[in-house]
Amino acid sequence: MDIGLALVNVALLAMLFVIAVAIIRIKSLFAIVMLAGAYSLVSATWFVALDAVDVAFTEAAVGAGISTTLMLGAMLLTSRTAKQERRLVDLATLGICVVTGAVLIYATIDLPALGDVSSPANAHVGAEYLARVEADTGVPNVVTAVLASYRGFDTLGETGVIFAAGIAVALLLGFGERSLSSGRRSGKRGGRSS
Amino acid sequence: MTDHHVILRVISKMLIPVVVVYAFYVQFHGDYGPGGGFQAGVILAVAMILFALIFGIREALAAVPAAFARGVAGTGLLLYAGVGLWAVFNGGDYLDYDYLVEEEPGGHAGQHLGILLIELGVLFTVAGSMLTIFYAFAGRVVEIRDEDW
Repeated sequence: MDIGLALVNVALLAMLFVIAVAIIRIKSLFAIVMLAGAYSLVSATWFVALDAVDVAFTEAAVGAGISTTLMLGAMLLTSRTAKQERRLVDLATLGICVVTGAVLIYATIDLPALGDVSSPANAHVGAEYLARVEADTGVPNVVTAVLASYRGFDTLGETGVIFAAGIAVALLLGFGERSLSSGRRSGKRGGRSS
Repeated sequence: MTDHHVILRVISKMLIPVVVVYAFYVQFHGDYGPGGGFQAGVILAVAMILFALIFGIREALAAVPAAFARGVAGTGLLLYAGVGLWAVFNGGDYLDYDYLVEEEPGGHAGQHLGILLIELGVLFTVAGSMLTIFYAFAGRVVEIRDEDW
């Protein structure tokens, strides 16, 4: 990896770290929603730096786009600031976090290097798909071919999951038509601080 | 309501059609570049949600009724599953796009048609479901109050 790309990675990861700390510290929910959107955008940029364009695009559309707007919509139903928590130093929790973090970092030593051609992801089915995709489907974007053709069953299941999620939320919260019939009910919004 | 969001409204009026066109670009360009039904559906839903946030949920419900949104979501899933059944009726396995059309061995018309159709199904389901979820949240607050902006 050349030094420029390494610098880009370090800068983007540092931004992610700063945003994550800010999200933990800030109490204003609106600022947290916006920072979460910024976090998604920066991760999308980082995925581009890792050559994962499709993942980056999905992250930008889903993480920065729809999640932010859905969180804004959800935030309008609740209060504007997070609850004040008691400050406490819990040594057991801190210990668990530190040990888990150390184990995870230790595990990354065994991960293959970025772009390693002999890594399992690139050597086995990945290489098979790359070799066959043109003859099998004639689709230039291998990601689309794998997603829609080779793994059509998976994608059907994912589509079903999204449909089920939408219907489940609508069944729990109502289909949205009630705002037209019942008018503005400011008395129903108890428990919010402004 | 006095319109002190006039800049926001004018700018978004210009931008929302561009967002919608971009969603369709992502949808139909998915074979060649990054993107596809999931991303396009989300972008399409975002365009509609942006409209609802800026012009009010009533206007949005008048433009795209909630029943239409969830109907589209169901239609998409049925379209996807239907493509699979179509391949079965033509003698192939479920979702085997090669059997969708009669063609020479090695031809890719069936694959292209199948991917186009199932991506359309994904677009419908994702856009419809996301909009349904947003309506479920937003339908409880009629109007965004000024201090919330």
